[in-house]
Amino acid sequence: MTYVIVGNGVASVGAIEGIRKLDKEGNIVVVSEENTPTYGRPLISYFLAGKIGLDRMSLRPDGYYEKNNVELKLGSRVVGLDTGSKTLALSNGESVSYDKLLLATGGVPFMPPIKGLEGPGIYNFTTLAHAEILLDIAQNIRNVVVIGGGLIGLKAAEGLFDNGLKVTIVELGPRVLSAAFDDVAGKMVSRRLETEGLGIRCGSTVEEVLRGPSGGINGVRLASGEIIACEAVVVAIGVVPSLTPAKEAGLNIRRGIKVDEFLHTSAEDVYAAGDVAEAYDMITDDVRVTPIWPNAYSQGYYAGMNMTGKKHEKHPGGLAMNAISFYGLPTASLGMVNPAPEEDCEICTYADEEKQTYRKLVFRNDRLVGYVLVGDIDFAGLYTGFVRFQLPLSDEIKQELKDGRPSALLWPEHDFETRWTPDHE
Amino acid sequence: MRRVYPNKDFCIGCHICELACLTAHSESKDLIIAVREEQASGLRPCKAVYEKGPVCVSLSCRHCENPSCVTACISGALYKDEESGKTKYDESQCVGCWSCLMACPFGAIRRNPSKGKIIKCDLCEGRDKPACVEACPNAALSYEDR
Repeated sequence: MTYVIVGNGVASVGAIEGIRKLDKEGNIVVVSEENTPTYGRPLISYFLAGKIGLDRMSLRPDGYYEKNNVELKLGSRVVGLDTGSKTLALSNGESVSYDKLLLATGGVPFMPPIKGLEGPGIYNFTTLAHAEILLDIAQNIRNVVVIGGGLIGLKAAEGLFDNGLKVTIVELGPRVLSAAFDDVAGKMVSRRLETEGLGIRCGSTVEEVLRGPSGGINGVRLASGEIIACEAVVVAIGVVPSLTPAKEAGLNIRRGIKVDEFLHTSAEDVYAAGDVAEAYDMITDDVRVTPIWPNAYSQGYYAGMNMTGKKHEKHPGGLAMNAISFYGLPTASLGMVNPAPEEDCEICTYADEEKQTYRKLVFRNDRLVGYVLVGDIDFAGLYTGFVRFQLPLSDEIKQELKDGRPSALLWPEHDFETRWTPDHE
Repeated sequence: MRRVYPNKDFCIGCHICELACLTAHSESKDLIIAVREEQASGLRPCKAVYEKGPVCVSLSCRHCENPSCVTACISGALYKDEESGKTKYDESQCVGCWSCLMACPFGAIRRNPSKGKIIKCDLCEGRDKPACVEACPNAALSYEDR
């Protein structure tokens, strides 16, 4: 049996571990465009900020690939996929055959159509290579504009600011972190960043990147007419699934590669996992691309197990979650955070501006379906339990949660017995 | 593998398990110094005692078969040890992103606020029996293979 995995992010690692749990013998080949063995991708913000060195980037110990008997083909781009003959064509002309294939190609930065965006001085922040480039240019420039106030944009901004640059974030939405956060939490983070000295322009867009006669960047012009001087622009609007080679091979695609609950695509023996996959989400009860780290690992793991043929197990479904800190202000958000009115959710919030603490709980049909915590995040996991296991809530228990007192003793007796203290693990 | 199992029927909510845990994970291995001095500099017990009316229970990391914390860890600090089955933690790798703290549905991971790193039960590495189990005066914690 030969397993081929395209991509070397965390979904790829999950797949290796899922396969090796059940099949110690089969060949595993990992093909990756990147030149480095797997690394903790979110760590690139810690690297850019100078908090950790290259030596701490790796996600698994040295010798991981050898130990798991994995053949690595780094710096190799997949240019073709033939699901009939079950072969991949690589950019160096090589052809690789598979019995089972996993597409874990992740996402690529979305580049909006902005005048002047093409040319030098434009950067992204999704790979270690990007982080190394930014660290390098940070030594030679003084001002940078970051387009996009999502998690990636804010982290790029923070890292560049820590390198002594003057940084301005331009966000189209009315607040930063629009997807993972709500107004109150977004504003708390904005304030923290502004207090540190970062510039933030919400509700605005870059209309044009201004360039000098030699092509170098002088600044950007916003829709408001304001001109912000800078020598470089980081585009961090979001990532879109990297659909090469799935698209050309005719796989069923909507936003991402469509997979069933077993992570299997529309093509025989081809699976997909991570930021490229469009899969079932346990809270929204629909299929969507949930480009977050734990989801990618877990999809990879289930895909790996299912690829061995020794198991046929449904993935429990994605659950959006983000934990991130901004200059010592920790935050956590999970599940449904900004429910649409038709979801008929009950929302409960508590805020203490002075202590920089915020808690938002989202209930639907007497279940907790999401939360946002800013500042005091110590109980995050206890709230997660209520979402993950969809534990029923009486009025009394709900009140305890609302009062910031979640506890395992609020679990139904049966759930406590079977999950906390099972007779068999 | 052997795990620590709590028994609500026996727990009297005395918090002695927390103190035993604190001492076992302290530098000084001395209860008074651990509580008075080391706690002030960030040391926390890996256990937490929960109370609801007359019912109480002492909980800590379950060392799950498929742990959510390992799935969520971005730095490789948390991993599953194949031989022992334990969910292990390498503090030197931790960057304090708190992803595991959020992902663990059992709420079993805590923060060391001074170090900016997590605290998690290691089943008392190097001891025969975890300190909490040894210290419990009413056998409300057992260390067994179920």
